[in-house]
Amino acid sequence: MNEAIPQLVNYDEPSLEAAFATLAEEVRAADTTDPEAFRLHWLGRKQGRLKLVSEAWLKSAPAEARKPLGIRFNQLKQQIEAALEAPAAKPAVAAVQGIDISLPGTFRAPGIPHPLLKTMQEIVAVFHHLGYSTNLGPQVESDFYNFEALNFPPNHPARDTQDTLVIANQQTRPSRDRLLMRTHTSPVQIRTMIEQGPPVRIVIPGKVHRNDAADATHSPIFHQVEGLCVDTNITFSDLKGTLDHAMKALFGSDVKTRFFPSFFPFTEPSADVQISCIFCGGKGCRKCKHSGWIELLGCGMVDPAVFAAVDEQRIAQGKEPAYSPEKITGFAFGMGVERIAMIQHGISDIGHFYSGDMRFLEQFA
Amino acid sequence: MKILTAWLRHYLPALPVDDLQLAEDLTLRGIAVEGVHPLSQGHLFEMDITTNRVDAMNHYGIAREAATIYNLPLVPLGANIAAIPTIAPFPVRIDSSAETLCGRFTAQVLRNVTIAPSDGLIADFFALLGQKQISNAVDASNFTLLGMGHPTHAFDLDKLEGGIVVRLAYKGEKLKLLDGTERTLEADDLVVADEKKAVGLAGVMGGWDSMITPETRNILVEAAWFDPASIRRSSRRHLLHTDASHRFERGADFNACPTANALVSQLILTAGGHAEGALIDITQPAIAAKTSARSGIALSVQQVQRHLGTTLDDAEGESALTSELVQQYLTALGCTLASADQPTEAEALTALNEDPQIGGPSAVASHISETDSPDSFHVQLPSWRLDLEREIDLIEEIARVYGYNHFANTLPTPGIVIAHPTAAAEAAVRTRLLALGFSEAISSTFASQSDSDLFYAPAAPGQGTIAMENPLSEEASLLRPTLIPGMVAMLSNNLNRDVKEVRLFEQGHTFTGSTAAVTESAQLSLGLTTGTPQATAPHSAADAPIFELKGAIESLVSLFTLPGGPAALTFSTESTPAWLQQGRAATAMLNNVALGYFGELTQAETQKRKLRQPIFLAQLDLTALYALPLKRVTARDLSRFQAVERDFSFVFPDSIQWHTVTSAIQALAILELQSLAPIEVWRDKKKYPGVYSLLVRTVFQSHHRTLREEELTQWHSQIIAALTQLGGTIRA
Ligand SMILES: [Zn+2]
Repeated sequence: MNEAIPQLVNYDEPSLEAAFATLAEEVRAADTTDPEAFRLHWLGRKQGRLKLVSEAWLKSAPAEARKPLGIRFNQLKQQIEAALEAPAAKPAVAAVQGIDISLPGTFRAPGIPHPLLKTMQEIVAVFHHLGYSTNLGPQVESDFYNFEALNFPPNHPARDTQDTLVIANQQTRPSRDRLLMRTHTSPVQIRTMIEQGPPVRIVIPGKVHRNDAADATHSPIFHQVEGLCVDTNITFSDLKGTLDHAMKALFGSDVKTRFFPSFFPFTEPSADVQISCIFCGGKGCRKCKHSGWIELLGCGMVDPAVFAAVDEQRIAQGKEPAYSPEKITGFAFGMGVERIAMIQHGISDIGHFYSGDMRFLEQFA
Repeated sequence: MKILTAWLRHYLPALPVDDLQLAEDLTLRGIAVEGVHPLSQGHLFEMDITTNRVDAMNHYGIAREAATIYNLPLVPLGANIAAIPTIAPFPVRIDSSAETLCGRFTAQVLRNVTIAPSDGLIADFFALLGQKQISNAVDASNFTLLGMGHPTHAFDLDKLEGGIVVRLAYKGEKLKLLDGTERTLEADDLVVADEKKAVGLAGVMGGWDSMITPETRNILVEAAWFDPASIRRSSRRHLLHTDASHRFERGADFNACPTANALVSQLILTAGGHAEGALIDITQPAIAAKTSARSGIALSVQQVQRHLGTTLDDAEGESALTSELVQQYLTALGCTLASADQPTEAEALTALNEDPQIGGPSAVASHISETDSPDSFHVQLPSWRLDLEREIDLIEEIARVYGYNHFANTLPTPGIVIAHPTAAAEAAVRTRLLALGFSEAISSTFASQSDSDLFYAPAAPGQGTIAMENPLSEEASLLRPTLIPGMVAMLSNNLNRDVKEVRLFEQGHTFTGSTAAVTESAQLSLGLTTGTPQATAPHSAADAPIFELKGAIESLVSLFTLPGGPAALTFSTESTPAWLQQGRAATAMLNNVALGYFGELTQAETQKRKLRQPIFLAQLDLTALYALPLKRVTARDLSRFQAVERDFSFVFPDSIQWHTVTSAIQALAILELQSLAPIEVWRDKKKYPGVYSLLVRTVFQSHHRTLREEELTQWHSQIIAALTQLGGTIRA
């Protein structure tokens, strides 16, 4: 603690310069982590090093050297005070145990959003940006909303219990009142149009059920996103443009779309839509069965029979008819969310979505 | 369905594209070629034709599609048979019982024929198709079916007893069919019979006794039109799905009967023999009026453009879908178009009398231009396209032939987006649960009866469970009345796979009520199990999961504005459901109405399910929560003055619970008391039975001033006095 007082033999300028440089270096190297100790050591009123050294040197100094000595001691005092004011200027490296930064980091694990519902939200968001509002409906539906109003003929195979899950005790009820698990989210289209007149722009995410045997790509429970756009002057080219835009928004701006004639009871003209394979860019690979295209959704112009069924029901409910096919046109589209999420993430078994298996979910953390 | 490109080119000699291009062009127009296989001559197409396009399920139908696409002439079908006249035409009648079921019946007598193997086109095409040859008579019928789609049948004329009668069968009537089986018929089976007996199940399969054999010399060729529903009924009843029934069930071409008959006859006669008498052709006008002679429909080009919009070929302000193009496409598909702009004959005559200038050159010119590109048409529909019924059906045909991908990509004007009423609340709940470390899950919509009995107890009459008429399995016989069975299943699945850290939530619907009226309600389930339980002060490791669920519920509820303020949320260990362990479960209540339950699954159930570690469950009624407005925060000013902490360490009897401690301190009404928390709870049941020690931390702060030492001392003593009064003992 109490270092020896350095001896000063010569009082010429070079000697002074050297002696004070040594002292200044001593100040610089001193430990300032405890400022009070540092202050006492250097500036203590009785035993401070500055006082001891200056007393020793001034005592034996020739008279002419006292002034330059005084100036230099003043400078040294300022250096000491400056070192005191510089906060924690020197980290106490030696005193701290170093870390092994190669050990894994830790974090409070957040929950994992379900990959299927995440995809569903992404799809819905694309249509929100295009001006579509979300609408939802019940999973238990009547035959009227699920089939009749959507122009399914009475003997259509989809109406069979082979394809549709039916609530018990419906046999004695009128056909249109029979309750079943909705097989698509299209009933919400009907409910919305009965409720409100055009213009309609809705996107309908939801859970649907079919009487399907489960395998790697089929599940009796699955999810759909449907959309409906009804207004004056809605055209088939609007349908094409909307879905082309949506697919680019979902899968990237390089994606191309291709439309094929198809058949659905509630749209005419009807189309199936393919996108260029997102894996090979259309050159052909195993994922697209070497065709360069992936089939993704069904769509079409709303069949006038659907508008007629809606207006009939509006009249029955005391509302004005609002969907005259002479004035109003529209399009509808629908896509399976499972299929899209499976393509996006390369999931091979649809059953993972409904398992709650943490090993599956944790991949999406 | 298999199609030979060589056969297509037989009907379309001028086809300008190769087979692969043809396959793509057809596919893009809804006539899907699923596979293309090279052959020694051309290719074999595997086709997938939608059920509404039965007319395209044969070579001529597909050739017609190609002719329409490339605007080419199609070789007309038909045959001219030179018949030797007869004074007594072969007797054929449709019995009154079959009047509505047999719309048309054509018959041709062929005499002195030779039954031999087929040659020529039949042999070539059958070889390419892999179609088995039988004899020229049978092959002629198959060739005609594959070629132009109409089923026909050839009888050995000498086996028929008297003329042909189309009638309903007699109940119990026996008929041995070509497949060698004997069928017992019902009174609504339609048969082709002679005067004595049935000789064929109409539209499904011919009879054994009158079949063509190598000895056959004289033949009767049948080509008819039968009612689709009747054929479907017989085909299903007798489990006979034949090429003929497939076609008749979907609606055959009424006008094809004479052509098909002539084609078959001509093919048989190439090996010798002659036709006797003209073709016998009996038609039912009432059925013709519903099929071939059905009334036409109006079509306006303006409507075509209104529905279909912009094409890639549109010129400035000019749609590429012109009147000329509409006429070209529909004519090629077999429609007959007449201008509806053109005045009727009577109107024209009136105009002629009234207009002194009629006959002048300008009037003639305008008349022609109007005829060439009218806006409105009267369209007479082809007999083979029963699927065309309305203007929109024709608009679809025009879009299809034009090519969907030749339309432009346009966007409608956007609408105003209105947020769904529960969307924000749902998103807030989801985001919060994810932040709390619970992962999102989806479980089955269905539940077993036993799980429902265990996990669901109707709170009121009319909240029964909903049974399925055709359940996916016994384990799925009910619609889930609660989300808990699904959550338990997901937790056990994880434990069975040695995944010991699980935190899941599911936002889903439950279904209760009756099979006449089902109520769907939004519910939340939480599931938690941990292999490394950790004490989280002041909770022990064993209790921590229960308090984690409680915390999650408090956190979720705090997202909403509660009527009655935060104090409206209370917890009770009373009346918890039986599936939760008594004493380790609680009811969460909003203003004394149950909002949900949480706790540990009963030990009995844990053992029964062979779960290796305890599981913790919660269910919450989201419908009740979503009825509340989301919390809107009003920020308060932060105090500029120092907060002061004071800890109190007490020993209490077990009967004193935390809520009693807080009430006692809050009863002192110290405004400056900012917070009050249990920092440590410590029990040693052996050493100190019946008591526990509690460390309480209080924080004091004022918004207006620095707290004085005297007041802190005073509050300190007040709190010690209050806690001592509860029966607590201050620890040194
Ligand atoms: Zn690919």
